[in-house]
Amino acid sequence: MHEPWIFIAFLIPLGIILPATAIGLNRLLAPRKPNPIKQSTYECGMETVGDTWVQLKGQYYIFGLIFLIFDIEAVFLFPWAVAYQQLQLYMVLEGIFFILLLAGGLLYAWRRGALEWV
Amino acid sequence: MGDPFTLIADFLRDLLLGFGLDPGLTTAILKFVGAAVTATIALTLTFFTIWLERKLIARFQDRLGPNRVGPYGLFQTVADFAKLLTKEVLVPEGADRSVFMIAPLLVVMSVVGLWAVVPFAPTLFGSDINVGVLYLVSIGSVGTLGIMMAGLSSNNKYALLGAFRTVAMMLSYAVPMILTLLIPTMLAGSMGLTKIVEAQNPVWFVILSPIAAFIFYISSLAEVGRTPFDLMEAESEIVAGFHIEYSGISFGMFFVAEFLHAFTIAVLTVTLFFGGWQGPGAEAFPILGFVYFLIKTAILYFVIIWIRATFPRLRIDTINSISWKILTPLALAAVIFTAIIDKLTPGDGWARVPLHLAGSVILIGLTLIAFRAYARSIRKQSEGSGKSLAQTSEAGS
Repeated sequence: MHEPWIFIAFLIPLGIILPATAIGLNRLLAPRKPNPIKQSTYECGMETVGDTWVQLKGQYYIFGLIFLIFDIEAVFLFPWAVAYQQLQLYMVLEGIFFILLLAGGLLYAWRRGALEWV
Repeated sequence: MGDPFTLIADFLRDLLLGFGLDPGLTTAILKFVGAAVTATIALTLTFFTIWLERKLIARFQDRLGPNRVGPYGLFQTVADFAKLLTKEVLVPEGADRSVFMIAPLLVVMSVVGLWAVVPFAPTLFGSDINVGVLYLVSIGSVGTLGIMMAGLSSNNKYALLGAFRTVAMMLSYAVPMILTLLIPTMLAGSMGLTKIVEAQNPVWFVILSPIAAFIFYISSLAEVGRTPFDLMEAESEIVAGFHIEYSGISFGMFFVAEFLHAFTIAVLTVTLFFGGWQGPGAEAFPILGFVYFLIKTAILYFVIIWIRATFPRLRIDTINSISWKILTPLALAAVIFTAIIDKLTPGDGWARVPLHLAGSVILIGLTLIAFRAYARSIRKQSEGSGKSLAQTSEAGS
């Protein structure tokens, strides 16, 4: 049961360790001579004005909300898809009814202009 | 017989058991060796794919491409890597140092992690977990997290803007990608990638549902941020986007992750829709299956490079519209069509194909009609009062 996960438990740390080794090698090989000019924020040759964390448009937030709805929908749909081969036709139609409900949600967001990038 | 992968595994197992090791420990060691080989091959492969991509793009643009270091410039990437390795890694003033250093590692990890569940040949796969498809989605989204961390910790407005654009785009394209993943799951009756490949025995899923394959391919490309979708690093707008403050090997890691991810997209599309290792004689000779797998992957990877060399960059509102207004409704419709048609079709194998294809044709026809109606309404609107097409959003308040 848990045996397939052993491979993943090895591979994911390795995916971090290998690039970390490269960065560690860089530490040994590369020169390290920091100075204030070199470390200043990149800004086309000018001084940065104001705080970095500027306010961004609210559209990103709305996209995040719509994404959340569909992501949760997908999580509910995957068990349905796995069981699909054993399902009767009316069970399949129930799953489709669920999809259509969320399609209605998408249509609502669309009509309200939430999908426009303004 | 004729299966080198099992032979090597058995040889190693016998060798370790011969040393008097515990069988459980032997399994763990073998898994570790497998994981180390997978990760090393994946990362060394990027040396080759970066060279290949530069060479092909050069050919598309009527240039020679790298041709100085080694035969056909084959060692150009090695030279570049050596250069990046000896360059100073700058951490900008005011940056969040630890997050800044961890971000590239996470991005590479998210791509290498995807390789764990891919069946390369009937007997050659890392692990056959029963939630493979969900694993792909979840590990893949760690990369988005890494990009977000890079952008937020850099203390640079360009980086922040690039990171936010990336997240908006990746969220948009994750939706059609996840929805199309339902179709292989549905047709195979399992989320495990080995089962999905086995279920494609007579008919590949791309034949049953070409629309789903197309949507998966396109939205995966957007997830990588290759050229038609590379507004997160649009040079003319936000200089270099989220990795503007990165230098030396830390930047190199983002580069490696991007190119490896592009190759991985080809690998995943082949696995999910183009039959994986399936082909004549692949069951009997696993090595043949591996060859089929490589050929299919090479073709799809070539198409990715071709797309990159052909299309110009899209605007951010266009990109998000494509995802939300075209790909997502189309993916929903494809799931519904496939679910109903597959339930109605009797028998299996090639008998299922005509109805499925008819469904796809109807769906494409409906999409074209919808495009026409949309274009007409836009034209009418712009001819009429001349007011702005986009309504201000009220949904978030």
